[in-house]
Amino acid sequence: MRALRWHGKHDIRCERVPDPAIEDGRDAIVKVSSCAICGSDLHLFAGFMPGMKPGDIIGHEFMGEVVDVGTDNKALRVGDRVVVPFTITCGECDQCRRGFFSACERSNRNSALADQVFGHAGAGLYGYTHLAGGYAGGQAEYVRVPFADSGPIKVPDSLTDEQVLFLGDVFPTGWQAALQCDIEPNDTVAVWGAGAVGQFAIRSAVLLGARKVIAIDRVPERLDMAEAGGAVAINFDEESVLDRLAELTRGRGPEKCIDAVGMEAHVTRSIDSMLDRAKQALQLETDRPHVLREMIYVCRPGGVLSVPGVYAGMVDKLPMGALMNKGLTLRTGQTHVSRWTHDLLGRIEQGQIDPSFVVTHTVSLEDGPQMYRTFRDKQDGCIKVVMKPNGH
Amino acid sequence: MFPSRPQARAGARALGWLSIAIGAAQLLAPQRVARAAGVPDRTLAVRGSGVREIATGVALLNSERPTTWMWARVAGDVLDATLLARALRSEGSATTKAALLAVGALALADLMLARRLSQPAPIAPMDYKRRSGFPMATQQMRGIARSDFAVPADMRVPAALRPWSSDAARAARSDAAA
Repeated sequence: MRALRWHGKHDIRCERVPDPAIEDGRDAIVKVSSCAICGSDLHLFAGFMPGMKPGDIIGHEFMGEVVDVGTDNKALRVGDRVVVPFTITCGECDQCRRGFFSACERSNRNSALADQVFGHAGAGLYGYTHLAGGYAGGQAEYVRVPFADSGPIKVPDSLTDEQVLFLGDVFPTGWQAALQCDIEPNDTVAVWGAGAVGQFAIRSAVLLGARKVIAIDRVPERLDMAEAGGAVAINFDEESVLDRLAELTRGRGPEKCIDAVGMEAHVTRSIDSMLDRAKQALQLETDRPHVLREMIYVCRPGGVLSVPGVYAGMVDKLPMGALMNKGLTLRTGQTHVSRWTHDLLGRIEQGQIDPSFVVTHTVSLEDGPQMYRTFRDKQDGCIKVVMKPNGH
Repeated sequence: MFPSRPQARAGARALGWLSIAIGAAQLLAPQRVARAAGVPDRTLAVRGSGVREIATGVALLNSERPTTWMWARVAGDVLDATLLARALRSEGSATTKAALLAVGALALADLMLARRLSQPAPIAPMDYKRRSGFPMATQQMRGIARSDFAVPADMRVPAALRPWSSDAARAARSDAAA
C-alpha cells in the first residue's frame, strides 16, 4: 500500500509499504476513504516532536471501511463504515472507565519511555511518535486499528466523509476546549488560533451559549471563516490584541480563553515571542508559549484558560504570578474523543452543524507531501486538507 | 494581458506539433533540410537537431507543465541561430539569411510564450464568509446545546467557587450552613 512517511524535518514522502495485518484479536483493519492533515502534524513536519524515526507512517485523522476484524472483536463487522478517534483506547482501564480516554493506561505500548518524559504516559496515538506507542498512522491506504471494539464510531452512509471525518479529532477537540471553559450565558470567550480546532471551538462556544466569541489570528481567510461561525475577529498583525480585547469587554477581559495554537505560536512584534524564537533556535526552550502568556495576562480574574493546543516540552517565562493572583483555572489535555462523539454525531445528524465547512483542500495521497508545505505556510487559503488514499 | 495563460498553453501545443514536424523532416531528409537552410551538408548534426526537436515537441504535448520545455525550445533556437550565423559569416547566402530570420522569429515567439507561462498564476482571494457550518444565523444557534447537554461535573467550576450571585453558589452556601 501507499502511505505518507516521515523521514526527517520537512521531509514527508508518499511511499509503498507493506499492508498492515491483524496482530491482536481486538484489532480491525480499516481501508481509509478519507484522512486529514492536522495542525499538530505540522509539529512533526517541523521536527519539534521527539520520538520520531525515519520511515514512520504519520496521520491520526482518518476514517473508512472495515475490511478485516480480529476474532475477539464483537463490535465491528467487515463493511462497517467507521471514524477512528486519534487516541487509542482500551475502554476497560480505570482512566477509560472514568471517561479520561486520552489518558488510557493500556494503549501506549511504549509507556515506560513516555513515563520518563511526562511522569506518567498518556494514551497511544496513531502516527505521533514512539513516545505515544509508535503506531502506524492513518495517512495511508490501510490502517491497523488496535482495541477496535472500543474506539471507532460507526457512521451512517447518509452522511458524507467530510461531514463525519472530523469526529475523530478536531471537532471533539474544539468541543472539549469549549466545555473546559464551563461557559456561562454572560461569558465572553476569546479563542487564539483560527485553524480547524479554533473554528470548531468557536462554533462549540456559540452552541454552548457564550454571549460573545472573539477569534484572534492573522490570516484574513481564517478570520473570515471565524466570523462566519459567529466570532468577532481580531487580526493581531493589524491591531493590538490587548487594546481590542479591552474594548470588546469594557476593560474587564474575557472570562474564558482558549489556546487553539499550542507550541508553535507565531512570532509577532512582541518581545517575548521574538525571544522565544531565539531561545528555541539555541535549544534553550522547546515550545513557544506566547499565547499562554497573553491569555494569562488578559483573562478576567476568576476566569478559565482552556488549552487544547499541543505542547511538547518546556516553556520559559510563564507568568505564574499573574496566573495565581488572578485566581485563574487552567484546564488542558488531549481530547477524550469517545466521550463526545455520540453526542456530536447526533448533532450532525440533526443538522445542528455541518463540519464540512472547514474543508478547503481535497487531494490525493501523492499530493500530501506538498500539502504539508501549503498548510504550514497558510498558502492558497489552506485551513483543512483532506486526502483520499483510495480515490474519490 | 496578451497572451492569456490559456492562449500561451495553446501556443505551446502548436509549437510542440511544429517541433515534431521540423524534427521529422531533419531526421528523414537531412540533406534537403541543410540545402533549404543554406548550410553545409552535415547529416549527423542535422539528424541530431531533429532528435532534439522531436523530443521537445513530444514533451510539450504531454507535459502538464510546459514551461520547462518552452525554455528548452528557446535554448534550441539560440543554438540554431548561432550555427546559422556562423554559416552566414563563412558563406553568406540569401538562403542562410532567410533561415536565420525564420529562426529568429520563432525564437521570439518561443521566448514570449516561455515568459508568459513562467509567470505565476494569479490566486483568487478565498471567500469563506459564508462558511458557518450552521443551518441558521449564528444568533439563532446560540445556546442550542444548553437545552440538551449538561457539561460534565469534572469540567465545571465547583459550585462553591461559582460567581457568588449564581444559583449554584447560593445553593452550595445553603448546604454548608445546614
